[in-house]
Amino acid sequence: MAEPLLEVKDLKVSFRTEDGLVRAVDGISFTVDEGEVVGIVGESGSGKSVTMMSVMRLINDPNAIYEGEILYKGRNLMGVSQDAMREVRGEEIAMIFQDPMTSLNPVYTIGWQIEEQLNEHNDLKKGQARRRAMQLLSQVGIPKPEQRIDDYPHQFSGGMRQRVMIALALSCNPDLLIADEPTTALDVTIQAQILELIQNLKSEFGSAVALITHDLGVVADIADRILVMYAGRIVEQGDKEQIFYDPQHPYTWGLLGSIARLDRPKARRLTAIAGQPPSLINRPKGCSFRPRCPQAFDRCRAEDPQLTAKVGEGHLDACHLSVEDKRARRDATINPRLADTA
Amino acid sequence: MAAFIIRRLLWMFVVLFAISVLVFLIFFATPGVDPARQMAGRNPSAETIKSIKHEFGLDRPLPVRYGLMMKHMFISRDLISYGSHTRVIPEILSATPVTLSLVFGAAVIWIVFSILTGVGAAVLRGTIFDPFLMILALIGISIPVFWLGEVVNLVTQSRLHDSFLFSWVPPLGYTPLTQDPFMWFKQLLFPWLTLSVLYIGFYARVLRANLIETESEDYIRTARAKGLSERRVLFRHTLRTSMITFVSLFGLDFAVLVGGGALLTEVVFGLPGVGLLTYNSLTSLDLPVIMTTVVYAAFFITLASALVDLLYAWLDPRVRLA
Amino acid sequence: MSSNSQNGRPLLEAEHVIKYFPIKRGILIQREVAQVHAVDDVSLEVRSGETLGLVGESGCGKSTLGRCFVRLYPLTDGQIVFDGQDISKLSRRQLRPLRRELQMIFQDPYASLNPRKRVGSIVGAPLQIHGIGDRGQRKRQVQELLEKVGLSPEHYNRYPHEFSGGQRQRIGVARALALRPKLVVADEPVSALDVSIQAQVINLLADLQEDFDLTYVFIAHDLGVVRHVSDRIAVMYLGKIVEISPAEELYERPIMPYTEALLSAVPIPDPRESAARERIVLEGDVPSPINPPSGCRFHPRCRYATDVCTQIEPPLVDYGNGHLAACHHPLNVDKETLARVSVDERRTPAEADEAAKPTQPARPAG
Repeated sequence: MAEPLLEVKDLKVSFRTEDGLVRAVDGISFTVDEGEVVGIVGESGSGKSVTMMSVMRLINDPNAIYEGEILYKGRNLMGVSQDAMREVRGEEIAMIFQDPMTSLNPVYTIGWQIEEQLNEHNDLKKGQARRRAMQLLSQVGIPKPEQRIDDYPHQFSGGMRQRVMIALALSCNPDLLIADEPTTALDVTIQAQILELIQNLKSEFGSAVALITHDLGVVADIADRILVMYAGRIVEQGDKEQIFYDPQHPYTWGLLGSIARLDRPKARRLTAIAGQPPSLINRPKGCSFRPRCPQAFDRCRAEDPQLTAKVGEGHLDACHLSVEDKRARRDATINPRLADTA
Repeated sequence: MAAFIIRRLLWMFVVLFAISVLVFLIFFATPGVDPARQMAGRNPSAETIKSIKHEFGLDRPLPVRYGLMMKHMFISRDLISYGSHTRVIPEILSATPVTLSLVFGAAVIWIVFSILTGVGAAVLRGTIFDPFLMILALIGISIPVFWLGEVVNLVTQSRLHDSFLFSWVPPLGYTPLTQDPFMWFKQLLFPWLTLSVLYIGFYARVLRANLIETESEDYIRTARAKGLSERRVLFRHTLRTSMITFVSLFGLDFAVLVGGGALLTEVVFGLPGVGLLTYNSLTSLDLPVIMTTVVYAAFFITLASALVDLLYAWLDPRVRLA
Repeated sequence: MSSNSQNGRPLLEAEHVIKYFPIKRGILIQREVAQVHAVDDVSLEVRSGETLGLVGESGCGKSTLGRCFVRLYPLTDGQIVFDGQDISKLSRRQLRPLRRELQMIFQDPYASLNPRKRVGSIVGAPLQIHGIGDRGQRKRQVQELLEKVGLSPEHYNRYPHEFSGGQRQRIGVARALALRPKLVVADEPVSALDVSIQAQVINLLADLQEDFDLTYVFIAHDLGVVRHVSDRIAVMYLGKIVEISPAEELYERPIMPYTEALLSAVPIPDPRESAARERIVLEGDVPSPINPPSGCRFHPRCRYATDVCTQIEPPLVDYGNGHLAACHHPLNVDKETLARVSVDERRTPAEADEAAKPTQPARPAG
C-alpha cells in the first residue's frame, strides 16, 4: 500500500476574534492518494477552504492557531520553514481559486504572470519560459495563444481567466492541485467546460486533485472519493458510489435533496435544509447538525457523534442513527413525495 | 492610446482658455471696479491711469480687451508690473528655476522617505513600529510649514549657528545651480527638508493604507500560492498596484507646488521663486503679475493633470481601453 | 407551479423589443461607433399567475430584458404592454405609480442592499416612497413581511452585514414584495448562493407566489434551477429568444441544439446517470453582442450547423403545444410536425420571419 500523497491528521484551525475563539476546522483527518480526485463538499463556513488553505499555509492571519499534522509525502508541512514552504507552493502543491475575475494581477500580462511562476521554480533560459507559457495556454484551450499571451487579465472572460489560472497552477507540474470552488462564479455551461478541462489535464499531468465545492453535482463525474464537511468537521466520507448511492448522514441527504435534478420527475418541493450553519464559537454539546436535522433524537443532543465506519470499509459517517434507520428515512428525504409530482 | 493623448491635450487648452477668460473677467468686468485704477497700483497719477486706459484699450469691447491682454502676456510679452515697473514675463521666468529647484529636491526626498516609511509600517504591522511611524507621519502632516521653517531658521541661522552642526549653513537666499552648485545645495537643503516633512507624512499614510488594502486582494493570495518570495510579492505585486494611487496624488501635489504652491516655504526661507512673487504681488495688488502667475499656475496644474492621467493609463492597463 | 395560472391572460407583453447600448469613441466629441445588441427583437408574453423562466449564458441579454420589462431602461425600440397599458414610452414620473406593480429582485445579495441602512428601512423604503400608511403601520407591515420571508421581526433593526447571503436575499425578496406587486422579475436570485441555500430561497419564492398571487419572471443561467419554479421557459441567446416552451416539455424534448447543450451542462448528482448521458460541452465563450454572427447566431458553436445556418436567421416557429423554437435543423421533432411547419429556406430572413410569425395560443394549452 503506497504512502498517501497528502495525509491530514486531526487538523484544528482556530481564530482568535473579539467574540471568542472561532473553531473553523475542528479536528479533521483525511488522505489524498497520488492521482486521486477528492471532492470536499460543504456549505460556506464549513471549513473546507480553511483546511486546504492551511495545507498551503496561505492563511496570513496572526490570530490563527493550528494543531495537528499535515503530512505531504511524509513531511509535516506544519513544522517546515517559510522558505521550504515556498518551494512547495506552486511546484508541488498548486491552488486555483474561486473568483477568476480578481485572482490575477491586473497590471501584468498573463504571459508575464505565468513566466514569473516558471522562473521562480525552474532555471530556464531566455525564451524557454515564454515558449512553455504558450504551450500551457494552448493546453488549457485558449485560442490563439501567441496573441493572447500578451493580453491583460481584464481582456479575458471569466471562463478564460479560470483557464489561465489552471495553466498557471499546472505550469510546474505539481503533484497536488487544489481547486477552491473553481466554477462557483461561472455560468453552468462554462462550469462544464472547466470541469472537463480539469479532468483531462489531471490525466495528462498525473496530478491528484482536491476539489472544493458546495455542490455535490459538480463532483459526481470527476471525484473518486468525497468528504462532506459541516461546521468544521467531516460528517461523512467515502468513495463516490458510497456517497451517492448509500449516503449515511442526514446532512448529505439534505445536500443531495437540494439539487434540482434533471434526471428525475419534478418533485413538489426541493428538500431544503432548514436554518443556517451554526456559529463556530462555543460549539454546544452533541451533534452540531442537530438543530437542522429532521431526524434528530435525544442522543443527538447529549452525545457528540464520532466519525466511524459503520456500513462499509472506507465509508465513514458521524451520525447516531443505526444503518437500518438511516436507510428507511433516507428515501423520504432525498426523493420526497414522489406521489406529489406536479 | 494616441486618441487618448490628443484628447487630453486638447482639453488642456480648453481649460487654460477658460481660466484665462475667467481671470480676465474677474479683473476687468466686475461691476463697480475701475480696472485702470486697479492696475495703476496704489496712489496713481492721472497720467498713469490715462496711459493704462489707452494701452489696454479699456474703451474697446471686452473680447478685444481680452485679446490685447493675451497679446501682452504671450506674444509681445511686454506686460509691465506696476509694482516694480519691470516686465512681468521675464520676472516669472527667472523665478521659475528657483521654484523648480525647491520642488524637485523636496519631491525626491519625500518620495524616498514616504515609500520607506509606508512600506516599513505596512510590513511591520502588528509591531510597535507601525503606530510609531504613523504617529510620526501624523506629526509631519500637522506641523504648519511656516512654523517649522521659522524654527529651522531659528536653530540653523541664529541659535546653533555657531556650533559645528550648522556653521556651514549659509544666509537665506538662492544661488543658481550653474553659478555655484555647492552653495545652491547648501541653501536649499533645509527648505527641502522642511517642505517634504508634510508630504512624507501624508504619502506614508496613504501608501500604508493602500498596501494593507491591496494585501487582502485575491491576486496577492495567488502570488503567494505561486511560491514567490515575500519580498517579490511585496515589491512586484503589492507595491506595484498600490503605486497607482500614490502616483496620481503625487502628480497633482507636485503640479500645485510647481505652480507656486510652495509660497510659504519660499517666504520663510527667502527664496525668490514663483510663490514669493505671487505673495508679493498679492500684498501690493499688482494686477499684471497676479494675472500672469494665475495663468502660469493653471498651466502647470492642467499639464500635470494630463500627464498624471497618461501615467495612470500606463500603470493600470485596465484604464487604457476607455 | 402555481394554481393561478388558470388566469392565463397576458400580464405583460413585449413586442419586438430592442435594446442597444451605444459604444462611443472619439477624440473631443464622442461619436457612436458601434452598438451592443443586448436585446435584439424579442417578442414575449408573461401570463398572469405564471412563472416564466428566462435562461441563457452570461451576455445573452436576459438581465437586460428583465430590466426592460420593469422599465429600468428606456427601450431602443419596440413595445411593452403591462396590464393593458403601453409603458414603453412613459416618463419616469409617469412610471412611478406603476412601480408598485412591477418589482425586481437582484442577483448579488451582498451588493443590492445599502450597507448603511437598517433592514427595516430598506424593506420599508418602498412603502415610504409611495406614502403608504403612517410610520407605525409601515413598521408593522415590514415586520409581517420579514416573517413571511422566514426572518424574524427583531431583524428590523439590524444591518445587512449581520446576515448571511441567503438571509440577505430574503431581505431583497421582502423589499420587492412590500408594495404587493403584480409582477416580480427575479434576476438570478440564487446564483450567488450555496446550493443548499438556493433550495431554501427557491422554495420561498414558490410559497410566496401562492400567498401574494404573484407572477414571476425568473432569470437564470442554469436550467436545473428554473425547472422547479417555471411554468414556461424561454431560452435566450445573444439577444434573441431561441426557444420557448412549457417547462416539462423543454426538458423532455428540447428542439434547439443550444437548449440541448444547456441541459447537458447541468450537473446530475448521480455518477452512473451522469456517465451514461451524452455530454455536449460547448466550445468557447458566447461571442460578443457587438458583432453577432450572421444567420443563426448560434452557428459557430453548434455541432449540427450547415451552410444555411450561416446565412439565414431561423425564425421562431410554432411546433405545437406552445413550444416554439428557432432552428433550421430542429431536434426531437417528428416528420409530420416538421412538414407542417416547414420553412422555405430560399426566403430572405425578413420574409421567413413574417410568414412564420408565432401563432401562440392565447390561452395555455396544457
